[in-house]
Amino acid sequence: MVALGAAVGAPARYLTDRAVQSSHDTLFPWGTLAVNVLASLLLGGLAGAGSDLSPTAMALVGTGFCGALSTFSTFGYETVRLVQERARFYAVASVAVSLVAGLGGASLGWAIGAALV
Amino acid sequence: MRRASGPNSDARPGDDTRSDPDPAVRPGPPHIIDSDVDLHDPAQRAETRPREWDLLAAMALGGVVGAEARYGLDAAFPHADNAIPWSTVLVNASGCLLIGVLMVVLLELARPHRLWRPFLGVGVLGGYTTYSTFAVDSVRLLHQHRPGLALGYIAVTFVSCLAAVWLGVAGTRSLAGSGRVEQRQVVRQ
Repeated sequence: MVALGAAVGAPARYLTDRAVQSSHDTLFPWGTLAVNVLASLLLGGLAGAGSDLSPTAMALVGTGFCGALSTFSTFGYETVRLVQERARFYAVASVAVSLVAGLGGASLGWAIGAALV
Repeated sequence: MRRASGPNSDARPGDDTRSDPDPAVRPGPPHIIDSDVDLHDPAQRAETRPREWDLLAAMALGGVVGAEARYGLDAAFPHADNAIPWSTVLVNASGCLLIGVLMVVLLELARPHRLWRPFLGVGVLGGYTTYSTFAVDSVRLLHQHRPGLALGYIAVTFVSCLAAVWLGVAGTRSLAGSGRVEQRQVVRQ
């Protein structure tokens, strides 16, 4: 189940990142932010649903799909590259926005998941 | 996402919309920021056009390998809801170290096949590391009334991951490229 979710999640990150970049030509990593916030929102929803959720669904959508859709390696690499390219403002902004939007998305998802079950 | 033209599309004549993928004639590494896909690089802008199925398959396969490794580590080092998930810290920091190494190798040292970045970078390392689990576990610590631990988890994750990328990039460059640096300095003089 983890494998199945991940097999969809990783290409979905690439395609989403491409789509976002092609409409936002900027140094700010909007594409990676988008997948990370989306995956945090979704995983937050699963966590909020809690024990009402089957372990199969958690493995498929949570560990597999959300885990592969989101990425820390790309986010980290981008941040370091932005610093190297002297785009320090973008680097700091990317860290701050990822943190606030990622945790905000997870909290919002959690509240929605808890309300639905 | 399989295209109708299928695997034979690479035999299609007159496909001159693609930029020259030959790395030998490329002047140097492009200014890549995004390791998954960076549309500032003409080669990456064009990479899905002729036959995206093998690219997406490489990512999917890599994603499975990475996610299973993360799942295995998480199972090997389980954590309580009110404790810092050290397995996720380990996964994200080690994945960040490896993306630093990988991108230097792919962009500066090797002339890689077009599927290596999709497989190893987008797939394996992207599937291995996770932002969503980090975000949700941070929120979980807050829900457990452990704001200090949540803050500590966030700080240790960001510091270790960014330091790991930097170490991966700088370490690989210094291990492999001291000769290249000297060469560049001679040219500058």
